[in-house]
Order: sequence, then structure tokens, then C-alpha cells
Amino acid sequence: MPHDHDHPHSHLPSDPALRVKALETLLTDKGLVDPAALDAIIDLYQNKIGPQNGAQVVAKMWRDPAFHKQMIEDPMPTLQEMGLYGRQGEHMVFVENTDEVHNMVVCTLCSCYPWPLLGIPPGWYKSDAYRARAVREPRAVLAEFGVSLPKGKKVRVWDSTAEVRYLVVSQRPAGTEGLNEDELAALITRDSMIGTALAQEPLPEEPGA
Amino acid sequence: MSRIHDMGGRLGTGALDPQDGYDFGEAKDWHKRALALNVACGFLGQWNIDASRHARELLDPQDYMAFSYYEKWMGGLADLMVDRGVVTAEELASGHAAGVSPVAARAAKPETVEAVLMNGSPYTRDGAAPKFEVGAQVRTQKPARNVVVPGGHTRLPAYAAGAVGEIVLQHGAHVFPDSNAHFKGEAAEPLYAVRFTAQELWGTEADPRDEVVLDLWESYLEPVA
Repeated sequence: MPHDHDHPHSHLPSDPALRVKALETLLTDKGLVDPAALDAIIDLYQNKIGPQNGAQVVAKMWRDPAFHKQMIEDPMPTLQEMGLYGRQGEHMVFVENTDEVHNMVVCTLCSCYPWPLLGIPPGWYKSDAYRARAVREPRAVLAEFGVSLPKGKKVRVWDSTAEVRYLVVSQRPAGTEGLNEDELAALITRDSMIGTALAQEPLPEEPGA
Repeated sequence: MSRIHDMGGRLGTGALDPQDGYDFGEAKDWHKRALALNVACGFLGQWNIDASRHARELLDPQDYMAFSYYEKWMGGLADLMVDRGVVTAEELASGHAAGVSPVAARAAKPETVEAVLMNGSPYTRDGAAPKFEVGAQVRTQKPARNVVVPGGHTRLPAYAAGAVGEIVLQHGAHVFPDSNAHFKGEAAEPLYAVRFTAQELWGTEADPRDEVVLDLWESYLEPVA
């Protein structure tokens, strides 16, 4: 395969922070970028969108059988109504952990991730190590995250090779029957929705409480 | 045939750090700026998501491995902008704009950028009915390669080439990256989730219970009698 590109990026400064600054300045001068639009994009993904969105959906799935059915069968109309829609979340599929199966999500080719429900992916999700190992040795990866599965449970890894985005629905922990949606959502971590963690256990009740 | 980005199964990548870069809010400013620049430049309409992925894949393998995540994004963006004629190599080298761009009117606007992003950009299209039913056995093509453009972008990872699996979901017709990344049209075709046993992909050292599911376009698949 001939080397068919001469990599213009090598013209940019080697220090990455300066490289970004140089490109932003050039593009601003050309009228291609408005720095205030960059601020708005950062504000959106830093302050308005994040794993709290996904946790809200999973908590509602645990509590509301009709909503659960919608999310499994045809989630997009409802997610759009809830405002939990946008770039990188146009085609969601919810995969449920059971007594038999533990699900885990990776993107081995890049870093595909359901932005509207989980925000911007954490560094480890984008690392070469996770992308390489999640498909080949998911149990070793889970062990590094402190997860040990009951003997006999199957691990099913979803490699996001297209524009479909997968989100893992953890098993609802025992002893959470009395919790409301917000209390349940607090147990649903970002990692649990990627599948490198389980939902957190509820805090034990105070004696006499 | 595979490029450096095709990481699935690669050996020697080391341990994971579950605390690495956990919260975008705590990321370095230049990481946030790099992400925003990439998102904003997409508004210019001079390329598509598949082309931007391909631009990162075309980074020199030594750069790809040496670059941190957002450096890859910046490298891909700079190369794509020159490739598409949005900026010139001379402008990149000098840092000085030769003038206002003819596509400046398309630049992302602060007052509408959020609404546009929240409006999404679906990849499903009207297209042919799926050839394979759920439960059908299929074999992936081998080697994993772009059959439209030699050496071009593809979403069939090398580790899943030549493997037999089972259709588990029909996703409808989706834009075909192998064509779209090269500006040869969306060429939508049926997309499936295909389940493989871990042992089919990795041999007997894999756990016999485990499975890997990939989203694969119909062109990547052939029936198994």
C-alpha cells in the first residue's frame, strides 16, 4: 500500500496544547470557527450531558415495566421525547444483564460511545489497552475493574463497529425495592452502563431507622 | 491489510487504569478545546463521520501510537482540512490565514450549536430488505478489507475476518462507511448484529461460555449453508 498522504498535521507545533491553539486561531481567522461556539460545545458536554442521563433511564427501566418494554423494543421515540437524544445516540440498544449473561461494551476501531446518555467517554475507554483486551480477555479486564462474576455466567462483549450504540442495564441490586427513581439512579454508575462494573449496592439501613 | 487503529485482540497493550480521565469536566483545557474544534468543524459540511474516522486511521502508525487521544483527533482534523481544501498546508505551516474561507457561512454558531447537536444525525436510510434472518449462520469476508476502495476504510475488524457467527439483530439499512468515507455515496445497506463465540475468534484459550457481538454490514457477510 503506497503512503498516499503527506500528513499536513506535522506542520503544526509539537506541543499538543499549542497545536490546538494554533489551529483554533487559524480557523477563527478564516471564519470557520467561532470561539464562542466552541465554548457552547464544551458547556454542553461538560455541564448538561453525562452519565446521569443514562442512569435516569436505567432506574426508570427497573421501576416501570411499560417503560422497560419500550426501551427494549423501540427506545428511540421515547428517548427523543425525553430529550435524551442527539449526536452519537441516534440508534440506542439496551442490553440487559441477567443471572446468565454479563454484557460489556467496547469500540475496538475507535471510541464510539453513547454521548447523549453517558457524555464523553473516560480515558480508559479510549485507551489502546481497553480496545485491544475487552474483546479478547474480558474477564481479565473485569478483574482489573474489581468485578468478579459468579461462576458459570457468560460474558457477552458488544464491539460498536457501526452507529448503533449499546448501553448495559445492570441487574437491580437486592434490597432496593423501597427506593425511588433518584435513589436508584445514584446506584447506577457510568462504568455499570459500559459493563465494567455492576450497579452499586444500596447503603445498609441504620439499625432502628 | 489492517491499519494501526484496528486494536481488537492486539497483544502487549498493558494494564488498564480505571481512574484514567474519568470526568470530561476535569479534562485538560486543550482536550476540551480539541473535542469542540472537531465537533465544530463537522458543521462545515466538507466531510462526514466516516471520513473523519478514516483521517485518524491514516495517521502514520508511529504518530498514532505516540499521540494521546485528542492529538489523534487534531492530527486527523488537520489532515482532513487540507485534504478537503478547507485550509492549505501553507496556512497550517505559517499559522496565517490567506483570507476568509468560502464556507465560513456554515461555521457553527454559538446560539444554535447545542440544538443542532441535540437534533442528532441518524444513519438509517431507506434501503434493501435484509437478506439474512435472525438466527442465520453467516461467515465474514477474509481478509477484512474495503472492496470499494483498495486500502480504504472498513468497519470489519481483522480479528473477526473469516469467522462464522449468527445474526442476532437486524438494524435496518445504514449508511455504508466503506463507501461514505471516500465520498462515493452513502450506499446504505442492511446492518446486523452478529454473535460469535469467543473461541471462534480467539481459539481454545478463550472461555467457552463467552461471546462477542459486532455490528456488520451485509457486504461483509456470506451465507453458511
